[in-house]
Amino acid sequence: MRRSTVLRDVAFAVGVLAILSVLPFVFPGRHFSDFVIRMSAFAVFATSLNLLIGYGGMVSFGHGLFYGLGAYSFALLMQKAGTSIPMAFLLTMLISAGVATLIGAICIRLKEIYFSFLTLAFQMLVHSLIIAWTPLTGGDQGLTGGVPRPPFLGIRLDDPHHLYLFCCFVLVASLFVMYHFVQSPFGYTLRMIRDNPRRVGFLGIQVWRIRLLAFVVAGIFGSVGGLLMSLFVSSAYPDFAYWTISGEGVFMVLMGGIGVFLGPLVGAVVLLLLSDIVTGLTEYFGLVLGVVILCFALGLRKGLLGTLWEAWRDRRRAGAGLAAGKH
Amino acid sequence: MLRIENLRKSFGGVSAMNGVSLNFAEGSLTAIIGPNGAGKTTFFNLVTGAFKPDAGTILLGDEDIAGLSPPEVVRRGMARAFQIASIYPTLTVRESIFGAVNAHRGWHARLGRRFPLAEAKAQADEVMELVKLDSRADTVSGYLSHGDQKLLDIALALALEPRVLLLDEPTAGMGPEERWQMIETVHALWERKHMTLIFIEHDMDIVFRYAQTIRVLSYGTVLAEGTPDEVRQHPKVIEAYLGSHFEHTDSR
Repeated sequence: MRRSTVLRDVAFAVGVLAILSVLPFVFPGRHFSDFVIRMSAFAVFATSLNLLIGYGGMVSFGHGLFYGLGAYSFALLMQKAGTSIPMAFLLTMLISAGVATLIGAICIRLKEIYFSFLTLAFQMLVHSLIIAWTPLTGGDQGLTGGVPRPPFLGIRLDDPHHLYLFCCFVLVASLFVMYHFVQSPFGYTLRMIRDNPRRVGFLGIQVWRIRLLAFVVAGIFGSVGGLLMSLFVSSAYPDFAYWTISGEGVFMVLMGGIGVFLGPLVGAVVLLLLSDIVTGLTEYFGLVLGVVILCFALGLRKGLLGTLWEAWRDRRRAGAGLAAGKH
Repeated sequence: MLRIENLRKSFGGVSAMNGVSLNFAEGSLTAIIGPNGAGKTTFFNLVTGAFKPDAGTILLGDEDIAGLSPPEVVRRGMARAFQIASIYPTLTVRESIFGAVNAHRGWHARLGRRFPLAEAKAQADEVMELVKLDSRADTVSGYLSHGDQKLLDIALALALEPRVLLLDEPTAGMGPEERWQMIETVHALWERKHMTLIFIEHDMDIVFRYAQTIRVLSYGTVLAEGTPDEVRQHPKVIEAYLGSHFEHTDSR
């Protein structure tokens, strides 16, 4: 990769981080920072799911497994092992990588709906394990006693502002890494597999290896989403590993736009806004969400950002065509 | 270069390949012909690892590649294009070719670099120029014409710099003019790249004009083989496939 490209991307990421860090002064109060923290958790999770769906053509119905795994692994490491936050962060990613390798090795050999339902089956297995293993996980009550947040490198995550900045940093860093992942030769091989796996095999590529690596990377970042949420709520609950989390992830991807990298981020913002606003007005959130999803399925199949992106691209092409016609 | 001995394959109780033995010399240009259901595509599928043979050997150089998977066969120097163009519909021509070059060079799993790799450019440009797709490099493959999609399919195989290239009906679904353009492009590729090229074709004018040697398959067996003149006059071929009134004419 050219040094200038990396520097440009780093500068962009630093710029976004700088803007995020001053926003709490523009929007004071906990409501805004809490929203951004929750959005960070879901955006990292949904973007990781989009690596599978949008770039790999692997529609996982069980990606919430890694969200729950991340939340429980991190919380338990902090509670029971008393590790530092950076160490627990790293170990959580390693645990997720290990679990994703095991589950992925089985799932990625299946195609389409079979892959989808096998991932769902593994998620429900983990959810059942969390419910059943009460001495460790707290069962259906979730972990009790809170997640310790000892300071590290001068960062105190029990301070809401520090937690906000930390979550913003993890969000930007995760998106940065995943963006470079999809822009790498590996990312394009993944797109080729999404389009035509058989043809990829006839290019001399072992398709399952690429799929497995994508599954592992997606699993790692899916767990980072859960980790952020466990930091925010200072606990972990079985719902984090329930199938509805996977469903919400899929909705975020669809609402934002499958074919656009930042689509899931937009989807996370929209879904959380919708949730916060609608639940304040009516108890029938599910009904409203259903109508919204229906609208997207019928009229905005490319998602919000996907539709805008296509409109911009078509307009630019039309402009280029007109310019060429003048010569 | 490619030697097949006693190749057999059955699907259920139906014998699709019944003890086929064929030899393809290095650098040769061979057409495989035969009626529908003769086993031509099955032959390609067996040779390239899409199907595992029940028996027989497939020697690529000195190595028996029978039973290897398609990626393993490709890694040993064999590539193919398909009867129905097999491409990446959402990627542009350029992205598809760069992807194929990456696969050939073993760069397809690189994470620390940005696509496309500068070092793949020379080969990607050459391949696009060879199949005359350089002017449509930024076109999304799914929007290409049928003929251009077939060319892209061939280009993907060419990017692998194969020793043996198999083309399954490169002119299928094309109009008369387009067919001749396609086969002339294929012929020019063969001359320039000095590879062993085997193609399945139904257009007898094309076959008898361009092929150095012809193999005729029928019901999973080799009915005849030889030069175009030998095959044209072979009684069994005339009876089973060409018909007694067949005459080779240049239909352009």
